[in-house]
Amino acid sequence: MDSQLSLIEESFNNRYSSWVRDALDDLPDNFTITDPSISGHPIVFASRGFLKMSGYSREEVIGRNGRIFQGPRTNRRSVMEIREAIRQERAIEVNLLNYRKDGAPFWLLFRMSPVFGKEDGRVTHFVAVQVPIVSKKHRRNNGVSFSEDGESGGLREIVFGSCRREVCSDSLLEFDRVLALDSDSRGLEIQDSCEASDLEKQRAATAINNVLSVLVNYSESTGRSVCGKRCNLPGMSFISSSLHISLGRIKQSFVLTDPHLPDMPIVYASDAFLKMTGYDRHEVLGHNCCFLNGVDTDTATLNQIMESIQTERACTVRILSYRKDNSSFWNFLHISPVRNASGKIAYFVSVQIEEGSKNQDRHGLSPEMRQLSAVGAIKVAVRSLSMSAGTSKS
Amino acid sequence: MLRIKRVPTVVSNYQKDEAEEGAPRGGGCGRNCLNKCCIQGAKLPLYAFKKVNQTETEKGLLGHETKELPVEFLDSLLLGEWEDRVQRGLFRYDVTACETKVIPGQYGFIAQLNEGRHLKKRPTEFRVDKVLQPFDGSKFNFTKVGQEEVLFQFEASEDGEVQFLPNAPVSVENAPSVVAINVSPIEYGHVLLIPRILECLPQRIDHESLLLALHMAVEAGNPYFRMGYNSLGAFATINHLHFQAYYLAVPFPIEKAPTKKITTSAGGVKISELLNYPVRGLVFEGGNALQDLSNTVSDACICLQDNNIPYNVLISDCGKRVFLLPQCYAEKQALGEVSSELLDTQVNPAVWEISGHMVLKRKKDYEEASEENAWRLLAVVSLSEERFQEVNALIFEAIACAGNANEDIAERSLGEADDKPQSHEEVDAINNSSCPAMVSGTHECLVLQ
Ligand SMILES: Cc1cc2nc3c(=O)[nH]c(=O)nc-3n(C[C@H](O)[C@H](O)[C@H](O)COP(=O)(O)O)c2cc1C
Repeated sequence: MDSQLSLIEESFNNRYSSWVRDALDDLPDNFTITDPSISGHPIVFASRGFLKMSGYSREEVIGRNGRIFQGPRTNRRSVMEIREAIRQERAIEVNLLNYRKDGAPFWLLFRMSPVFGKEDGRVTHFVAVQVPIVSKKHRRNNGVSFSEDGESGGLREIVFGSCRREVCSDSLLEFDRVLALDSDSRGLEIQDSCEASDLEKQRAATAINNVLSVLVNYSESTGRSVCGKRCNLPGMSFISSSLHISLGRIKQSFVLTDPHLPDMPIVYASDAFLKMTGYDRHEVLGHNCCFLNGVDTDTATLNQIMESIQTERACTVRILSYRKDNSSFWNFLHISPVRNASGKIAYFVSVQIEEGSKNQDRHGLSPEMRQLSAVGAIKVAVRSLSMSAGTSKS
Repeated sequence: MLRIKRVPTVVSNYQKDEAEEGAPRGGGCGRNCLNKCCIQGAKLPLYAFKKVNQTETEKGLLGHETKELPVEFLDSLLLGEWEDRVQRGLFRYDVTACETKVIPGQYGFIAQLNEGRHLKKRPTEFRVDKVLQPFDGSKFNFTKVGQEEVLFQFEASEDGEVQFLPNAPVSVENAPSVVAINVSPIEYGHVLLIPRILECLPQRIDHESLLLALHMAVEAGNPYFRMGYNSLGAFATINHLHFQAYYLAVPFPIEKAPTKKITTSAGGVKISELLNYPVRGLVFEGGNALQDLSNTVSDACICLQDNNIPYNVLISDCGKRVFLLPQCYAEKQALGEVSSELLDTQVNPAVWEISGHMVLKRKKDYEEASEENAWRLLAVVSLSEERFQEVNALIFEAIACAGNANEDIAERSLGEADDKPQSHEEVDAINNSSCPAMVSGTHECLVLQ
């Protein structure tokens, strides 16, 4: 956990300098910032307003995923919409039911936006603004308005709870006769939802812009600029943030290499790989895996690996590998091709296990099984994430 | 009697040589299967899940977060065991080498070109007018699969803690439920959950089995791992109780469809109706405890099968949402009411197809796949609006009778049959501009008793 917190600190300070926190703290809005490249996609910053609204302390929130604020009555379809927006690296605005630390539910207008790094066009962070929906009188039902007593000419048996009532009571709402429809499909679920006023929408939009402009400003001071718009750099090879999120969940030591680039460089390295080998991420990305080999590495084994790559087959070998500090270890290495949605090989994955290292899985899944499960998870992620148009190259 | 001809799916490597049973080699039948002949001394990994009483605790969200594992254990176990079977060459083809795409459009139907899945099998006749049929031990069933096709045993833990034993004996007294591979996968991780396999239960949902399936979805903890069920008459091909599941990390069209809440049950289960989707169906979500969701859904399923109405079930979003879809495609097919154009595609609209994941056998169909085509096929699967409301009335009555619902449901469901609320007809009329035309469902599925 400590290493994750330091990762979080680092991720933020490197990009925006350590003064950015003070500037963000000066903003009055409720917002959180997350980092998709850290395993679990945790919150890395929470504003004072947000903490006050949710009832949590900063320590309880940093390092956690935003889903901890959801509860049994949170609309699952809205959650899915957020999940997909993250996957596609696009902005979204939905009404969402969240729960305070004391368990009390409340409606909020959730607006989220990706932040792109200018150097490679990758999503570096997501910003979300949470505007509580407080208005009671301004309930707007897709153009049909109702008086408080429910007596709207011709519409029989309609009882409209306010947002709060809908949240707190189990009252059965009869909406059979109202098919309040508009082109926005969300409108169809209005009875279980809460419509934000235009003012609240305005507030959310302004708040997002305020946060983004602070981030943009401070990123310029470190020379690692960000922007709120996708900046496509042709010819750059990178892994989409959604693939990052999926890969970040996998705890094993592994790297992905791209066979379509000259010298088959590493395009992704897991945290566990860096820890095991002692390298920094920037020292391995873009490089061929051969830096792991040393004087006593067996060439016959290396040839075996080469051959399996050429024949596009999986292989498992035991090979002597070297860390950055030049110390060596026996590496139980599994290499497998990984295909994209068109069925073509997109990457080779290699998963390392240090022989003799303690079995850390508390349930006792064997190292071999964990190795294969990482391969499976990577195959699913790469195949699925290359299926739809509209996501960045992966 | 209504029958259709279709190519049965080969789910096990022991299915194809059904006719040519060889002489036993060594002990048992020589296949190392799960029958009495071979089960003695058999060992398989065992995963015992913790029974949680609440789907999610309303209070104490903090307690909840501490057990937030980065990768859920069952997820790793399943993926690891499945990849192991890939390496051992047990599958008929590499599903990750099959081309797949999201079809452009509002819903994002998913198409896969799978030319190998139905090779080498001749069409067989299936009876489609009886949702409940007795188990027939002479036909293929899962006790005949080889032990190498079984990934692990899955059960509730005795002491309330998650447990994993890499090598647990398979004991008949324990009534083991197992997870086995489907050797003709339609996506990565395609498995079958076979509740109490040795009891040879026919394809028929009961409270206990549905709860087991929901537990598996919860335990996997991955929103892209979905579970499905096909009743007989709704494209189940094997009459031995089983659920299916696989991974596909994109949203299914059915999950994106808007819904309209109908009511909330006494157990807190929200029941809605799918809107703007070609197949009419119900969505169940929430519930004070997993058990509430499970009971409500299984009451509904039991009602359908008892009334001889074929149906499909999709368990999505880590067991938080369940879709229930009564259907009548096979019946229409048997009555000659499905166009040859649709039949030629050989797409059998089972749970995955209904959810929007289309597995196509012909390159031509894959290349021409469009939202309109998918919609046209699924519209034929759906009950008519009138019939759907009738079926809903049956379902709500069953739920209310089972004591899981408050009076509101009972009132509503009784009132529904004669005083029909306006619904899809209007929805379709209003939203026609944004969706492909709906094939009007004039055909009524008969309840064949
Ligand atoms: C910047 C950011 C902030 C978020 N804040 C919240 C929040 O306050 N409340 C909430 O319910 N979900 C929030 N989420 C959404 C969840 O983190 C998560 O993405 C969502 O539940 C869907 O993914 P899941 O299926 O992994 O849970 C936030 C997401 C991001 C990217």
